[in-house]
Amino acid sequence: MSSRRAFLAGAAAITVVPFAAARATPAAMAAAIREVTGDAAVREGRVTLDMPPLVENGNAVPLTVSVESPMTEADHIKAIHVFNEKNPQPHVLDARLSPLNGRAQIATRIKLADSQKVVAIAETSSGEFFSASADVIVTLAACIEDIT
Amino acid sequence: MTNVLINAPKTAKSGELIEIKALILHPMETGFRAGTNGRLIPRNIIERFVATWNQTEIFSIAFSPAIAANPFVSFFTVARQSGTVRLRWTGDEGFNVEEQIAITVG
Repeated sequence: MSSRRAFLAGAAAITVVPFAAARATPAAMAAAIREVTGDAAVREGRVTLDMPPLVENGNAVPLTVSVESPMTEADHIKAIHVFNEKNPQPHVLDARLSPLNGRAQIATRIKLADSQKVVAIAETSSGEFFSASADVIVTLAACIEDIT
Repeated sequence: MTNVLINAPKTAKSGELIEIKALILHPMETGFRAGTNGRLIPRNIIERFVATWNQTEIFSIAFSPAIAANPFVSFFTVARQSGTVRLRWTGDEGFNVEEQIAITVG
């Protein structure tokens, strides 16, 4: 009996501990955002981050980022960055745009390891930064399930 | 390669805004999961997607392991001249796939 208990306790420790250490944190996300923005101020607005508020499967969560911009040579969106709080790494994607795009909108599907906040940041041609965030509740997490 | 799905209009008016959607089959293994032997499965992801229209880059995106398996991307572009749109995915383990579509602008 006791050896079985010890085994179970040991197994639980092995499976749980490594991933707790490998998680990004809100602080890691803030640091990753500062790497992109530098010292520039990030303002809320102009960006729309469209994600479902509640998802069953964190392995494929649809995400659409659109930014209000005329997308002209003089005033366009140069880049869209997406970050998360609690996946193993804070980066999600970096998209490069130009006036050739005509509309500053991208869509993809991402993995979410836990219920968390996702942040989208848009960089304008004049070097300004705008942001939007979305809170997503995930019932089945991605990334951390091992193959058994 | 047949493991790519691209959805884009075949014809467009000059100056028209068109959406290009692309899906590619790929596991996007994060490198954070353990396999049946308890060891971590090595990371294998697509790192970069680039779209060019007649050799001019119109869009690029850098992926991270947080992109879902079988990455889907959608973006917009203004149709300027007839030609070839090339979509290229590159990533770990020498992954390099290019697909092209023809769009007629009239």
